[in-house]
Amino acid sequence: MSQNTMNLKVKVWRQKNANAQGAFVTYDVAGISDEMSFLEMMDILNEKLITEGGDPVAFDHDCREGICGMCSMYINGKPHGPWQANTTCQLHMRAFKDGETIVIEPWRANSFPIVKDLTVDRSAFDRIIQAGGYISVNTGNAVDGNSLPIEKQNADDAFAAAMCIGCGACVAACKNSSAMLFLSAKVSHLALLPQGAPERKSRVLNMVAQMDKEGFGSCTNTGACEATCPKEISIANIARLNKEYLGASLSAE
Amino acid sequence: MTFKQMFTSSVGKKLVMAFTGIFLVLFLVVHAGLNACIWAMDGGVMFNKAAHFMGSFVVPRILEIGLFLGIFLHIIQGYMLTLENRSKRKVGYEVNYAKGSKWYSRSMAILGTILLMFFIIHWKHFWIPSRITGVAEMDLGNGFVVHNLYGVMQDTFQNVWVVLFYVISCISLSYHLAHGFQSAFKTIGVHNKRYHTMITSIGYGFAIIIPLAFALMPISFYLHWVK
Ligand code: HEM
Ligand code: SF4
Ligand code: FES
Repeated sequence: MSQNTMNLKVKVWRQKNANAQGAFVTYDVAGISDEMSFLEMMDILNEKLITEGGDPVAFDHDCREGICGMCSMYINGKPHGPWQANTTCQLHMRAFKDGETIVIEPWRANSFPIVKDLTVDRSAFDRIIQAGGYISVNTGNAVDGNSLPIEKQNADDAFAAAMCIGCGACVAACKNSSAMLFLSAKVSHLALLPQGAPERKSRVLNMVAQMDKEGFGSCTNTGACEATCPKEISIANIARLNKEYLGASLSAE
Repeated sequence: MTFKQMFTSSVGKKLVMAFTGIFLVLFLVVHAGLNACIWAMDGGVMFNKAAHFMGSFVVPRILEIGLFLGIFLHIIQGYMLTLENRSKRKVGYEVNYAKGSKWYSRSMAILGTILLMFFIIHWKHFWIPSRITGVAEMDLGNGFVVHNLYGVMQDTFQNVWVVLFYVISCISLSYHLAHGFQSAFKTIGVHNKRYHTMITSIGYGFAIIIPLAFALMPISFYLHWVK
């Protein structure tokens, strides 16, 4: 397969720190191969900026293979860029055309304050997990996995929910900055498995309370989260979360 | 956990929207059903009788109080929810993400505002004359005298602008329901795919049929399909 190279303009949000005034800056990047990944293109831009004595664009990334959820970029009006079920690191430059201007913004939500440029602080998600996104297990020998029968459908649904990588694209995509897709994936994952049963009610109540404390918005079921989620987490999980919440809050003392 | 905590959390606020929304949906069925009496082609006798029943019998009057409370809660909560959700993103995007959701799903408050304006004008047209300022009467014989609300409709819908406003409001209602109907069931926790697919289809059907029936009422009078 022959490689094509292209010249692009990249319009990036630059912001020194959380309190600084940010602005868009447009850079030229030349000779980009269409086989490069999006982050390689960003690396080339940063090499250029460093060579010229400038400040490289700060952006989060880690695994670069679509599993860690770090690569938070809002590209041309969609979290993780134009492809479906895809993370920024798995986006390739063949998605763009020669001469195109690519607009790159950070996740926008009060609950995800900007650290620098495209890097945002997503520790709100960690605190939501700490509020109940776990199971308590006593120490001792691990139980034999097969001693806990799990219905196939539940195992599949739980696994699909467990796919969530906590990237925050759902929040970034949502007009309400709601974290419900993320939360619902975590709650569904554990609500569907026997291991999650003992803390099922306190989990959903505590996690919703923490989500509200972090300042995320209320879900209005627009579906933008599901459409942008790199792991195709289903919005049906949000309905399940609502049911869990309704049941738990009605029966709580 | 108190009920206050339950209904003021982010999920709880949506439960209020969903319960009041579903209640309003049920009201629409009753309202459209009764109003369909205008098509009995009897000069409004059946319609006026039905309206008389609704206005004089105690059960619908009690339900009416519930209806006003429901509408009030729905509107207040709707605006509060919308404003609060907007405040969660102080700095907006340069390029908005429009492809991921339907425009009407994103415009529930604007569609709702058109509906609110409609309610005010609609009450002024019918509810206030019927309950407060009084309307002409129709004698059905044997001393049975009822308000001639049919006549009020005939008069009101001679004005083309009024008819147009009613039709636009019905279109707004249609889109409000196209999102709202299925959304309300998601909010109260229907996650089963089979049921949700069914509810979504019923919702689209409902969002077309009910507003269409309502829109045909002023049109029927304006074009003298009913006399
Ligand atoms: C006949 C009148 C109305 C009906 C049948 C109706 C029905 C509904 C339904 C079923 C929902 C969905 C609730 C949910 O998602 O859980 C909804 C949501 C909503 N309604 Fe209404 N509504 C009506 C009038 C109004 C009015 C007058 C307003 C004025 C502001 C309004 C504003 C809203 C808002 C802001 C939402 C929230 C959107 C969302 O959560 O997705 N509605 N409505
Ligand atoms: S639900 Fe999807 S979009 Fe949201 S954090 Fe998880 S993987 Fe990312
Ligand atoms: S860098 Fe890990 S998912 Fe993109």
